[in-house]
Amino acid sequence: MAEQDQVSFQRGNDTTLLIHLSGVWRLRGGMTSDVTVQQELERSPQPARVAFEVQNLTHWDSSILTFLTNVSELCRQHGIAMDRAGLPAGVRRLLELAEAVPEKKGARKEDVEISFLERVGNTAIDAGDSVGEMLKFLGEMSVTFVRLFRMNVRFRAVDLFLLIQQCGAQALPIVTLISFLVGVILAFVGAVQLRQFGAQIYVADLVGIAMVREMGAMMTGIIMAGRTGAAFAAQLGTMKVTQELDAFTTMGFSPLEFLVLPRVIALVLMMPLLCLYSDFVGILGGAAIGVGMLNLSWTTYFRETTNAINLTGLFGGVFKSSVYGVLIALSGCLRGIQCGNSSSAVGDAATSAVVTGIVAIVAACGVFALVFYVLGI
Amino acid sequence: MAGEPTNGNDQRPAISVSHLTMAYGSFVLMRDLNFTVNHGDVFIIMGGSGSGKSTLLRHLIGLNEAAQGEIVYGVENFTKADPAKRQEILRRTGVLFQSGALWSSMTLAENVGLALEEYTDLNPEEIREIASLKLALVGLKGFEDYYPSEISGGMQKRAGLARAMALDPEILFFDEPSAGLDPISSRLLDDLILELRDSLGATVVVVTHELASIFTIGNNSVFLDADTRTMIAGGDPKKLLAHPPNPTVHRFLTRGEGEQI
Repeated sequence: MAEQDQVSFQRGNDTTLLIHLSGVWRLRGGMTSDVTVQQELERSPQPARVAFEVQNLTHWDSSILTFLTNVSELCRQHGIAMDRAGLPAGVRRLLELAEAVPEKKGARKEDVEISFLERVGNTAIDAGDSVGEMLKFLGEMSVTFVRLFRMNVRFRAVDLFLLIQQCGAQALPIVTLISFLVGVILAFVGAVQLRQFGAQIYVADLVGIAMVREMGAMMTGIIMAGRTGAAFAAQLGTMKVTQELDAFTTMGFSPLEFLVLPRVIALVLMMPLLCLYSDFVGILGGAAIGVGMLNLSWTTYFRETTNAINLTGLFGGVFKSSVYGVLIALSGCLRGIQCGNSSSAVGDAATSAVVTGIVAIVAACGVFALVFYVLGI
Repeated sequence: MAGEPTNGNDQRPAISVSHLTMAYGSFVLMRDLNFTVNHGDVFIIMGGSGSGKSTLLRHLIGLNEAAQGEIVYGVENFTKADPAKRQEILRRTGVLFQSGALWSSMTLAENVGLALEEYTDLNPEEIREIASLKLALVGLKGFEDYYPSEISGGMQKRAGLARAMALDPEILFFDEPSAGLDPISSRLLDDLILELRDSLGATVVVVTHELASIFTIGNNSVFLDADTRTMIAGGDPKKLLAHPPNPTVHRFLTRGEGEQI
C-alpha cells in the first residue's frame, strides 16, 4: 500500500522551520492543502527561515510543485527566507523554471463587467454592421447579375453542372421522403374533420391546393436551406480559411462571379423542378391515404385533384420556389464569405446560413401571401 | 514576358513603400514603413511571430487596405489606383500563399491553367501544355490530373508556386514558403526560388522567419518589430548579421544564442 503524502513540521532551537515531506505525492491522490503550512508560519515565534527534509519522499509529480509554489508565495508574503537546498534536484530546477519569467503585467484576462446598456449598444452596432455587409453583398451581386444578362461573366461550366447535379438530382431522395409525408399528414388532418360531414372526397382538394400553392415550394425551400445552403456556406467558409478566396481575388477573379453566381444559377434552375416534383409526390401521399383509408378510388381522387388545382396556383408555387432558391443560395454564400478564420467559424457560418435561409423563406412566403391576395390569385 | 524584363533598364525600384501604416480598425499594427524592393532582389520580410509580416504581404497584394501611406509598383501608384488598374498591376505578380491555397475542386493542371484561360487567347491544348511545363518546373511532372487533396503538403506548395508562375510574373510573393516543410524540402524550395529569380529575371518578395532561408536567398530585407510597431532595420541580411543595428535584430538573427534570454 502506497503511503499517502505527508507534511510534518519540526522547529529547531534556532528560528528555522523544518518541513518534512514524505510518502507518495501524486495528482491522482488529490492535492495537499497549504493551510497547515500557513498556520505554522503564522504561529509565534515566527520562523525566519524555512527548510525542507525529504528523506522519506518516495514519489513526486506536479502536486508537490504546486504545493511548493504556494509555500514559496506564503514565505514571500511573510518575509521568510526559503531554503530549497533540501529539495530533490528535479523539483528545485522545475521551481526555478516556473519562476524564471516573471508574470507579464496586464497579461491576465480580467473579467470586465459590461453593463446591460453597453451590451445592448454593442449588439445594435454589430447588427448595423451586419446589415451593412449584407447590403454591400447584395449590391455587388446585383452588379454581377447585370453582367450575367450582358453575358459578361466568367465561371467554369463544369462547376455549374456539378452544382446542378448536387442540388438537383442528389436532393431527390430527401425531397421525396419529406413531400410524401407532408401529403400524408395533410390528408390525415383533413380526413378526420371531413369524415364527420361525409365529405371525404374533399381531402383531394385540400391536399392538392395546399401542396401546389404553398407546401411544395415551402418544404423544398426548407429542405434545400438545410441541405444546400449549409453546404454552400461550409464550402465558401473553408475556402476562406484556406486562402483559396484570396487566391481568386489576387488573380483577378471575383469570388462572387466565380463561386456565388453558379451556385445561385444552379438553385434557381433546380428549385422549380424540385418544387414540381414535390407537388406531385405530396399529392401521391394524399392519394395513398384517400385510397387506403377513405376508400376512394384512384380515378375519383385524381379527377377531384385536377378539378381543384389550376395552372395559376401551380405557376405561383413554382415561381415562389425559384425565389426561395435565390434566397437560399445568397444567404448560404453570404455567410460563407463572411466566415472568420478558424474551423469553428466554418461551423458558425453553416448554422447561420440555415437560419438566415429559413427566415428569408418564411418572410418571403408572407410577402407572397399578401401580394397574391391583393392580386386575387 | 518576364524572361526579357521590359523595364530592365529602368532604375526605378520594383516596389516602393512609403510611410505605410497598417491597422485593423483602430488597432495600429505597424506604422511608418519605408522600404524599396529593387528589380531582381530576393527581398525578405522578417520579424518575430505576430509582428505583421503576412499582413504586410496582404497590403502589398491589395487584400488589405493601407490605413496611411502608399505602395508604388514601378511608376504606378497601387494604393491610389482604381480596382481595374489594380488588377492590371497584380497581373504582373504571382502569389504563393502559406498553405498553397490551391483550388480544391480543380486538378493541378486546371489550377495552373485558369489564369491562362482567362488572360490569354490560347486554346485548351496549349494551356494544358503550358500548365504541364510549369508543373515540370516545380518537379511535379505527371501530376497534372491530381486533385490538391491527393498530394502531400510540400507538393501542394510547389503546385501553388507553379500556379503563381502561370502568367510569367515579374514579381513573385511567397508567404512563409518553408512553413510545414521538412528541412530538405524547404532547402529545395529555396533553391527553386533562386533558380527562378535567375532564369526568369523575376523579383521575389518572401515573408519568412527561417534563418537558414533568410541568409541563403535574401539580398535585401525589412525587419518588423512587434514591440515598437515599426521597422527597425533593413538591407542585406548578411550585413545585418555582421553589423546589427540594434540588439533585437542581433538576437533574432543569431537565435539569441550565446546570451541569457
